[in-house]
Amino acid sequence: MTKRRTWVYFIPYGLWLALFVIAPVALIIYQSFFDLGQHFTLTNYSTYFRSATYLKMTLNSVWYAFLITLFTGLISYPTAYFIHQLKHRQFWLLLVILPTWINILLKAYAFIGIFSQAGLANQFLTFIGIGPQQILFTNASFIFVATYIQIPFMILPIYNALDDLNPAFVNASKDLGASTWQTFRHVIFPLTLPGVKAGVQAVFIPSLSLFMLTRLIGGNKVITLGTAIEEHFLTTMNWGMGSTIGVVLIVAMIIVMLLTGDQKTKGGTPR
Amino acid sequence: MKHKLANTYLILVFIILYAPIIFLIAYSFSQGETMTNFHGFTWRHYQTLFSDTRMLAIVANTLLIALLSSLIATLIGTLGALSITRTTKRVTRESLLTLNNVLMVSPDVIIGASFLIFFTMLKIPLGFGTVLMSHIAFEIPIVVLMVLPRLREMSRSLLDAAQDLGATTRQLLTQVIIPFISPGIFAGFFMALTYSLDDFAVTFFVTGNGFSTLSVEIYSRARQGINLEINALSGVMFLFSLLLVAGYYWIQQASQKRRHRKREVTS
Repeated sequence: MTKRRTWVYFIPYGLWLALFVIAPVALIIYQSFFDLGQHFTLTNYSTYFRSATYLKMTLNSVWYAFLITLFTGLISYPTAYFIHQLKHRQFWLLLVILPTWINILLKAYAFIGIFSQAGLANQFLTFIGIGPQQILFTNASFIFVATYIQIPFMILPIYNALDDLNPAFVNASKDLGASTWQTFRHVIFPLTLPGVKAGVQAVFIPSLSLFMLTRLIGGNKVITLGTAIEEHFLTTMNWGMGSTIGVVLIVAMIIVMLLTGDQKTKGGTPR
Repeated sequence: MKHKLANTYLILVFIILYAPIIFLIAYSFSQGETMTNFHGFTWRHYQTLFSDTRMLAIVANTLLIALLSSLIATLIGTLGALSITRTTKRVTRESLLTLNNVLMVSPDVIIGASFLIFFTMLKIPLGFGTVLMSHIAFEIPIVVLMVLPRLREMSRSLLDAAQDLGATTRQLLTQVIIPFISPGIFAGFFMALTYSLDDFAVTFFVTGNGFSTLSVEIYSRARQGINLEINALSGVMFLFSLLLVAGYYWIQQASQKRRHRKREVTS
């Protein structure tokens, strides 16, 4: 194949890289240096870093994303572990994936019904004698629904890591007299850590930007970085400030990727 | 004892995973107007849904965008994967892959906002065209990621043999490479399709006023409160997803079987 010919095949893909990957990222950084009057300035950044509201919002957003990731991990690790021990594990895994094929907004909408004044959750609370509570539009409901939506995205990478784990290690550990807990703590968990990290990556970053949930479930009480960006772009039309928060979100994303990176040792088992 | 505990835990997780979906669909058959207390069976909400021309038009739009964008993204993504494997320098390949994955890891909001700036600067009016372009853009990387492993599996000697036998570049591509990587291409197409159908945030940013997809429509209706027509819609969409999943696994199974058979023939 001649060099010229292969170059032709690259054109559409190369155009995509330039126009839809590089240009937008460059544009969002560029836009963050413009104020409402279209002047080139650093005001957006100075406003951002001087304003207690913005900084508190950012911290809040990171804190909620951390909580969502933590709860998702706590629920997903045992789930992945137990599914991996089942006989028809491929089938059960498929059942984990299936809910991700349902539109996220429909799932959020379902919770509007479940958490409503006379909804299923309150009927249950009345039944066990606590009585109806305000559930919808609270921070707890936001965390619950976000965790619900993210669970499959955490289970999958952990399951794959467990699948990559060489059972010989587990057997060796047991033969050497380790208890089940010791085997888990010192052999299985460290070797499946890359899966957990991949899961954290897949859950934490989207959790910073779930603006539809903060609106539909959180009742605008929780404001994430994503909500703030959406607000600045589509409601107040202050694109400069929106882009500045966008840059903050990109930086947060890069930090998370660096912390959870090192995917080269994937699975960790020499085979 | 231990097994029982594990099983109870799993049952609990699966109940939590499926309860909201079952709840949603169950109420699409309820005679009431809210998602509280089931009031007896009816098809009424489905009738409302199928006579709601605005909703039907939006469903058609959504499907059109999904199919068109997946087809174009599959084409561009496959070409991209081909050129990535043809790079000789390791550095070039690694940086191409990194760039490829930027849109995979970026939060939806960033993709949406940056595309909005992009289209506005180019003075492209928001609507069908911008939604289509955005969908193509965020679907390409997943197609590349699905096609690449198949290309890596392809042995060099296969290509050399074809060239030795006098195949032109075109024949090499259409008769050797494409058939070999077709399972990857199909998987990429299906993933692109689901990405498109699932997307809300990016579309929400670039859709403008006149054009709407299902996700955006559900969002604006859900903000107004409960409307059992949406429940009926989710019933239909759940059925549709089941069919898509079934189709996807059927294609994978079929390609695996074909590969298996080929191996038996060659051995």
